[in-house]
This record gives sequence, C-alpha cells and structure tokens, in this order.
Amino acid sequence: MTKRTVHLAAHFPGVNNTTIWNDDRAGSQIDFSSFRHFAQTAERGKFDYLFLAEGLRLREHKGRVHDLDVVGRPNTLAILGAIASITEHIGLVGTLSSTFNEPYELARQLATLDHLSNGRAGWNIVTSSDEFHGANFRRGGFLSREHRYTRAEEFLEVSRLLWESWAPGAVVADTGSGEFVAEGALSEVDHHGPQFDVSGFGTLPRSPQVQPVIVQAGDSADGRDFASRSAEVIFSAHSDFDKARAFFSDVKGRLAGVGREPDSLKILPGVTFVLGDSAADAAERSRETALLQVSPQTAIAFLEQVWGTDLTSYDVDGPLPAIDPVLDSAIVKGRAQVITDPVAVANAWRAKAEAEKLSIRDLVITFAAKHTFVGTPSFVASEIDRYVQAEASDGFVIVGSSNPTGLDEFVDRVIPELQDRGVYREDYTPGATLRENLGLPSLERSFATLA
Amino acid sequence: MTTNPLHLGIALDGAGWHPAAWRDGVGDLFALPYWLGLVATAERGGIDLVTIEDAVGLQSSGFGGLDPRRDEVRGRLDALVLANAIAPHTSTIGIVPTVTVTHTEPFHVSTGIATLDFVSGGRAGWRVQVSGRAHEAAHFGRREVGPFGEQTIRELFDEARDVVEVVRRLWDSWQDDAVIREASTGRYLDADRVHNVEFSGRGFSVHGASITPRPPQGQPLVFALAHQTVPFELAVSSADVVGITPHTDEQLEEIVAEIASIAETAGRDTPLEVWTEIVVLIEDSPDAAAAALARLDGLHGDPLVSDALVLAGTPAAVAQQLLHWHRRGVQGVRVRPARLPRDLDAFVGGVVPLLRSAGVLERPAATTLRGRLGLGRPANRFEGAIS
Repeated sequence: MTKRTVHLAAHFPGVNNTTIWNDDRAGSQIDFSSFRHFAQTAERGKFDYLFLAEGLRLREHKGRVHDLDVVGRPNTLAILGAIASITEHIGLVGTLSSTFNEPYELARQLATLDHLSNGRAGWNIVTSSDEFHGANFRRGGFLSREHRYTRAEEFLEVSRLLWESWAPGAVVADTGSGEFVAEGALSEVDHHGPQFDVSGFGTLPRSPQVQPVIVQAGDSADGRDFASRSAEVIFSAHSDFDKARAFFSDVKGRLAGVGREPDSLKILPGVTFVLGDSAADAAERSRETALLQVSPQTAIAFLEQVWGTDLTSYDVDGPLPAIDPVLDSAIVKGRAQVITDPVAVANAWRAKAEAEKLSIRDLVITFAAKHTFVGTPSFVASEIDRYVQAEASDGFVIVGSSNPTGLDEFVDRVIPELQDRGVYREDYTPGATLRENLGLPSLERSFATLA
Repeated sequence: MTTNPLHLGIALDGAGWHPAAWRDGVGDLFALPYWLGLVATAERGGIDLVTIEDAVGLQSSGFGGLDPRRDEVRGRLDALVLANAIAPHTSTIGIVPTVTVTHTEPFHVSTGIATLDFVSGGRAGWRVQVSGRAHEAAHFGRREVGPFGEQTIRELFDEARDVVEVVRRLWDSWQDDAVIREASTGRYLDADRVHNVEFSGRGFSVHGASITPRPPQGQPLVFALAHQTVPFELAVSSADVVGITPHTDEQLEEIVAEIASIAETAGRDTPLEVWTEIVVLIEDSPDAAAAALARLDGLHGDPLVSDALVLAGTPAAVAQQLLHWHRRGVQGVRVRPARLPRDLDAFVGGVVPLLRSAGVLERPAATTLRGRLGLGRPANRFEGAIS
C-alpha cells in the first residue's frame, strides 16, 4: 500500500506567549526582513503553505494592552502580497475575518493575491464577532454569536459568485478587432440574502485557482459543519494523538453526507517542536524553551485570566491561589478562547497541581508551553509520519518559537528525515497551485454538489 | 544642490491613460511582471513615486454609471496588494496605491498602508479616493449614495476627511519606542506608549490602537487629487501633496490662490505641495506625436478627453511644459503616460535627461519618500500623552 503524503504548513510565530522575544535569537516582529527569512526558509523546506494570523485589535489584560507577549503585526493581505513576489512555489494563507470585511473588497483582494502569486492564495476564514473587536470597525459589534457562520457561509457564497463572474478566457485583448473583453463574458452578480446585498460586476478575470484554498479553524459543531461543507483545510487544535484521530474521523465522516470525498478536506493540527541531539538533550531544551515562553509574569497573567482578579502578589514557584475566581470580571479581552466556567477550571488546575506537585509556573507551562514533538530530528519525523499514516492528520501546521529563525532547524534537520521516509516531496512541481500542492481535488470535484 | 527641486510622479493605470493604448499590444495586466517592469523603468529614471489607480468597481468611460464598452481595458488588480508585491523589488522609488475610503474600513486602510511602509522601508504613500458612484455603492449594499451634486460631494469628502484623520491617528498610535523587550519586568511592550485613537465621527467610530507599529516614515505620504473647492479643502485638511489639473496658466493661478486661501483660513502650518497633472504622448517629432494621438483617437472613435492637460509632443515640448510650471511655483508633476510602457520609456529616456540638465532633479540624500520630497518625519501626536 502506498504511504500517505505528509503536508506541512509554517505558521509565522505571532502574538502569543509561545513566541520568544527575550533571547538572542529573537528578531523583529514587523521588519520585512523577518517575513522574508521566514518565507524563504519555509519554501526551502518545501512546505505547502505559510500561514499568518490576523489582528483586529490589541489584546487587553486588566484594562490595558497585554504587554507580556509580542505585540504588533502587519496587515494580512498586504504582507502576503509582498511575500508573493519574493517566493515562487509556497502557498500564502492568511486569516481574514468574514465579520469585519465586505465580500466585494475582500474577494477582490484575494483574487489579486491569487493572480500575483500564480495560484498560491489561501484564506483562513474566521468569524469573531464580539463588540471588543467591533469597536475598531464601522459597524461595531453588529453580529450576534449565533449568526457568525451564517454570515461566513453567505460571505463565501457571494465571493464565489464574484470569483466566477468573468467567464474563462474573458480577456481577449484582440488589438485587431478592438475587442478587449469578449461579448457576454462578464456576468452580473446579483445577490440578496440576510447578510449581504451585492449587485454588480467583479473587477478581475478568473484567477489561476478561481478561488483561494479555503481554510477553517473553528472547532464547535457549527464550525465543523461549516468546514465539512466549505473548507479544504482545517487548522485543527487537536494535536494529541488520540484526540487527533477522533477529530479526523469525525470531520472526514461528515464529508460523505455532503457529497465530498475524504481527500477533499485536509486536516492539519497546529503543533510545536523542540529538537535535540538525544532525547535527554531535547527534553532539556524543551524545559529551557518553556521557561522563556512562560515568564513569571506570564504565568501569573494566565492564572488571572481564570481567577479574574489581580494575583501579582502570588509566588510563581509556590502553590496555586486558594481563593475562588471572581466571576464575570472581564479582565481579559481579545482572546479567541473564552473560559465559560472559571470555578471548574480553577478547581481542576488546583487538583492537577497538587497531584503532580506543580508550582504556578510549572502548571502554566503544562498547557501554555507544552511542546508537541520533543526529540531528535529522526524521532520528530517518525512521529509526524505516524500521525499521518494512522489517519490522525494529513500533516501539520508547524509553529516555531521565535522570529525569524524559529523554523530553520526544522527545515535543516527534520525535513530531510521526512524525505528519506518517502512521505514528503523532494521538490515542488513547477507551476503547481496551492490546491495542487495540497493534493486536493479540483474545485469542480471537491464541491460537485454545490454546482 | 538646488533648494527647489521639481518632484516627479508617474501615474500607472492599465495600458496607459489613452483608452485605446492597449491597441498597440499589451502585456498581461493581471500578472506581476508587467507592473514590475513599469516600476523598474520609473525607478531607473530617478522618478520620486509611482501611483497606482484603483476603484471599488469596474472602469467606465465617464463619471456616471457603467458603460457597456468592450473596446477599452476592463479589470484591475487591487492597488494596495499590488503595491506591496512591487515594493520588495524596488529600493528608492515611492509607491503610492489608490485606496478608496467610502465603503472600506479605515482600520484596514491604515494597517495596509503602514505595512507597505514597512515592506518598502519607508517609501509608502496613499492616494485617497472617494467613491460617489451608485453602482459602486451597490457592490457593498450598505448605503445609498445620493445624486451627484453639491451635497453628496460634501458628504463624501467630509467622510474622507474623517477617514484620513483616523488613519493618521492609527499610524501614530504606537510611539516609536513602544517595544521595550524588558526581561526584568517580563514586558515586551510599554503599554503607556500605545494609545487608543478614540475617534468618533458622524459616519463611524474607531476606538483602539493600531495592530501595526508606527511605520518607518511615521506618517506615510498622503496624496489627494482635487478639481474643485470641496476636494481642495480635503487636501488642505488632510494631504501632504495635492494634485491639480490646470489647462492654462490662468487656471493654475486661480487654483493655487484658492488653495492658499483655504490653507490660510484653516490655519494650516505645514507645507502642502502642489503638483500638476499631465497626460503625455511622446514621439520624436511634433508630427509623429500628433499622428500617434490621432491614430489612437481614431481607433477609439472619439478624441481623448481628460481632466488633465493632454500634451502630445516631443521630449523637449514635455520638458518645456514641466519647467514652465516649475517656474510658476509648481512643486511637482504627476505624469500620466498615454501609452504604457511606451510613453513611460520615452519620458525616462527623453524628458528626464532634459530636466536633469535644467538642474531641477537634484534630491536630498534620503531613503524614505518623505525625505526624498524634503518633508520631515513628523512628531507623534500622542507623544507625551498619557495613554
């Protein structure tokens, strides 16, 4: 039986405690040289795509900008446009909100990226809708939580109408006859739905991929349904082997019901790694890395997210607070994960810390700086291969721990091991689109039931 | 070095500014190499900046609704994304995409231009544009745009002023020294050096600080094309450079006087550069230029009509017009080549050397667009404020 192919994406280390900024390796988070190095390293490693998260508002902690992690990033579409022109093969995927954008403009910008990159654009659709982020946008917190995916699906539907509104070969540019666009080649979009009223003509010919590769990360039941209907890649949060297998089987199982093939949706969990010359060396480096990723102040701030109150008087090397969390304190704003039952979380954390004899900082490290793959390059490659062959994933989104060189070691040491195993490309296929690099079926095959 | 250089911009759009320009044969307007080639030529010619036209809808031959013409270039790449793709391949020229303010998000506009400034190492600008067309409003479906007239123009430009204000505040919302990387306190950032913009206007509000640090230039260059009083007021309140379209010396005098008077009333105390606009078609002889223009006009079916002066002539004639304007106090010219790349090549190859000989092209040694134009790096409006 042929081996399943490993697909890899590279996540630009961003606004998160896992991005180390306080050691010698850490460079700029915003200078283009960092993005250039990251992109060219990922392309050297033959990654399927690189990935950039989006910012809509600076995160806040206790009423102020959260200042313990790296802060600041570029505009997603703009930086992907820049990276497109200095790379040749690698896919370019960015997070873009379907809530705080309008389809006419965003679809056009994504089509532009697809044209400029010769078919390497991808779009990670996110659906944040809270008032905190909305305060930076014209319509504020206009969208209720239950309509997030309604809007995302309709957004995508309108975008597809625009992407397909110019017939293939619409631009003839016949200098003799004077015909620039062919007769009847441009069709008018006329969409009216609960979220959008969009009528008129698109401004671009069909791009090489027609539509960018659609990526989705939501994990709720709504999110999984949306992904099974509309996405081509899931950026999954399930990196534990058993959970990853369960997630893989759940989501792939939904595809038949919507007339899609299992291979038309790739599942790529986000993972971290620490390499070493031996298992012991890697474990030691993992500990050192974790201490940089969870400073004493960061450990306290993590606890405060649950306890909802100031805990700066606690010793991070001591036990967890005995006091109960303050409910509805709203001291944390702008984070993707919402803690719904702080008392239960606090109790669980205290129990875990007691049972495993963990200090505050040690406990926080177990979830905020837990490295997925720790070991020799050969071990890490074997783990990646194991997940993929066992259908726990189709590959991974690799998150390095610093900029700009956090991915270098992985590319230099793990990629050759994967290639030796015959499960990873030796080189790109010249001219391949992102959809082709991911081994996805054509749009027509992937979404046959939509037509 | 001359203390009074003539600044030069090249306005890029499709196959050029004559609607029949593509009939001479055209590259792939929807692929990067075409644009890289144009900008490389302009950069080689020592041009200060290129602008890239854009709109939130398909081109149309008039100002009104869409027309069904199929004999003109239709379709455009998004100028902001294109500008960012061009930037890494250049090293000295300013890059100024057109970004519409009417239906777009000021927050995204701000971070998009700021990112271009980072990618280009301080050579970003922004050509501000409003959208007053009903069919463009229908692309968004969020609001009606009133019938074209005084009141609609006033509303559109009032909003544009608000958008530029928000964008500029967002550019300043991080102090230059906001990132501190202080291991002893665990702080990456000094939160006191990041400021919410807290803008509340008639049409929209924006509360927070930018997600993007202050761009290298502090404030990227803002360019506004203006044809009448209301847009002149926007230029005075919001822009660094205003592009105007006089066809005669009398018109030039009137426009410059009006802008000066608006600036005085508004109490503007920073310089506003006045640039003229010109469409050029360049051939080696006056007859050849006239014939080339007549041929394109014939292919198109009507004579070329432009808001700006049209000059079909020799390199010497073009240089003479530019130097004439310069002597009358104009600080820069945005040149619109009738045919791309042909008239850009001719401008760089034929007109630029004449201007250089005339001694008007010397520049301060500067790596940023503002620096090149002799504009300083502005102080941060939030500096010293309590966040």
